[in-house]
Amino acid sequence: MSETAPAPSAGPVAAGDRHISGVPIRLDGVTKRYPGQEQPAVDDVTLEIAAGETVMFVGPSGCGKTTLLKMLNRLIEPTSGRIHLGDEDVTDQDADQLRRRIGYVIQAGGLFPHMTVGTNVGMVPRMLKWDKERTAARIDELLDLVGLDPAVYRDRYPRELSGGQQQRVGVARALAADPPILLMDEPFGAVDPITRQRLQDELLRIQEELGKTIVFVTHDFDEAVKLGDKIVVFDVGARVVQYDTPERILAEPAEDYVADFVGAGATLKQLTLTRVGDVDLVQVTTAVAGSPSAEAVAAARAAGDDFVVVLDARGRPISWPTVAELTRTATVPQTVDERLPVVGLRSTLNDALDTMLAASQGGVVVTGRRDGLAGVMAVETVMAAIQRSRTEAAG
Amino acid sequence: MTAAPEVRAGDAPEPAPAEETARHADPSAAGGGGWRALLLQPALVVLGVVAFLVWRLTADLSDTEARQLGWAVLGDSIREHLALTAVAAVIVLLIAIPLGIALTRRPLRRLSPLVVGIANTGQAAPAIGLFVLLATWLGFGFGTTVVALVVYAALPVLRNTMVGIEGVDARLVEAGRGMGMSALAVLLRVELPLAVPVLLAGVRTALVLLVGTATLATFIDGGGLGVLINTGITLSLDSLLISGAVLVALLALAVDWLGRLVEHVARPKGL
Ligand SMILES: Nc1ncnc2c1ncn2[C@@H]1O[C@H](COP(=O)(O)OP(=O)(O)O)[C@@H](O)[C@H]1O
Ligand SMILES: [Mg+2]
Repeated sequence: MSETAPAPSAGPVAAGDRHISGVPIRLDGVTKRYPGQEQPAVDDVTLEIAAGETVMFVGPSGCGKTTLLKMLNRLIEPTSGRIHLGDEDVTDQDADQLRRRIGYVIQAGGLFPHMTVGTNVGMVPRMLKWDKERTAARIDELLDLVGLDPAVYRDRYPRELSGGQQQRVGVARALAADPPILLMDEPFGAVDPITRQRLQDELLRIQEELGKTIVFVTHDFDEAVKLGDKIVVFDVGARVVQYDTPERILAEPAEDYVADFVGAGATLKQLTLTRVGDVDLVQVTTAVAGSPSAEAVAAARAAGDDFVVVLDARGRPISWPTVAELTRTATVPQTVDERLPVVGLRSTLNDALDTMLAASQGGVVVTGRRDGLAGVMAVETVMAAIQRSRTEAAG
Repeated sequence: MTAAPEVRAGDAPEPAPAEETARHADPSAAGGGGWRALLLQPALVVLGVVAFLVWRLTADLSDTEARQLGWAVLGDSIREHLALTAVAAVIVLLIAIPLGIALTRRPLRRLSPLVVGIANTGQAAPAIGLFVLLATWLGFGFGTTVVALVVYAALPVLRNTMVGIEGVDARLVEAGRGMGMSALAVLLRVELPLAVPVLLAGVRTALVLLVGTATLATFIDGGGLGVLINTGITLSLDSLLISGAVLVALLALAVDWLGRLVEHVARPKGL
């Protein structure tokens, strides 16, 4: 693994000393012409992707995003051009061997329904002839990484999981042999908006930890802005119209085409660019589930809070009862509020607003590392951000 | 005749579950009714056999009837019938499954409509015509009978092999190739296991078809239980005719049950 092209500091959060396990990707005049088609689906694309960056492919349907992505792991053979991963030219390498070194995630996870979650995740390690203990340990480690308790989920079959959980297993499977590159083709296209947002947050967290080179195809520009260090906007034939950071694409669309694609509400795009972690969060009274209610009530009254965030044994928020509700109980309830609005630090203000609206609440609980509590954000904070960006746009 | 993948209770579309609310598979969902049916069928067969034996031991039979329905003769007929069925079945499996697989692979995929068309035509032709046609060409006897049976019963296996494999979600094949499995590994570890329920349904259909069609062997000197039926018809002896028919039906039911048993056991977990 080489780290030749140092990632130019891109995006608001690409910290200089971030751990990077990815390798750069270089496409050199890559063309794909399907038999019997006049125009090439991908026409002479030259593109460089820095190690450890998440690069989003966006563009209209049929413009060649999937074709280009699949040429990276040679599921589709390029008609001409060269593909370099790290400092290797992989254009003529054995495709099966190559693919074991590249993670690949598709919509709905693509899990094998007749294999358990554990078997699915362990596919590539087994192909690489890892011994049993190492594979088993790796399966548990990965399920943990994507937020699924290995003891609960390892031996389940995919149909026993929700769509979002299946997608998590799909990501775990792709990461199994610790590939430097992850290719994702509209992976979150088939799940509901709230689940999608959680999966996006999860991916951001994982990527922060692992620093892979990720190429991610999406048709959702908000998703591209949220997840991408860089965005490539394509036109027909995979013509690269603009390749830049989300901020710059929003601020200076290279062509009218991009401006149209980005959409009219560009000032509100600030909501997509600003992360929950970038604004001031409110610190509130917390209580551990099962502890005496009286203590929690007293603490809340002392702090002037009218609600308390209840944490489970691992410090994860599970509900936020009002002080009035707590006074009616002896101990802080253990029940998990399924409708508790939760976002991560890397969620966008847009996500936070969506989550509040979906839950009909005036705020959201914010979680940080390992889903621990980071604070609470009120709807007023979002309003202030909108107000700020409108003033900026006007002035 | 194609056994389409049946929709079972457990497969019924469910409303999209909320994130993190796992669907807990009901372990009995796939099996409950299945097992009851699996127990009922052999009970019926045993009942039928007992009824036949009681009738055979108590009925007042003429000399000809008694000779034709002698234990040794009956045993031979059944053994012949089973031999025809078994030999034909083995050959059918050896030909139709690999051929069905090959016809779903890229180089031959274009040919698959053609092959299915030909096979359909073959199946539509009256079986007796096929038997006689082959006999005039290959001569009478066991061998020709087996050939005719194979031609006739290959279709359901061939077609269900193809339908089963083509029914596997293309994204799973792509996922497999995408993670570095070879085409052969994807076939063996993903496509075939997932095609097993449909494939085995085709095999069961073929077996039942073979048991029934093997009765025609008598017309080209192939033996089997058809002899009993044919003799019954020519000599106007209803007892022979009905005995033959009942035995064939019981045999078919028994074979069908065995097939279902195998399907039940071989069905991949997790579906
Ligand atoms: N296997 C194929 N055979 C022929 N044409 C294809 C094939 N796959 C894609 N195409 C064509 O190539 C173009 C690009 O497709 P694709 O890469 O899937 O676009 P996108 O992912 O951007 O929607 C489209 O015009 C599509 O019809
Ligand atoms: Mg696509």
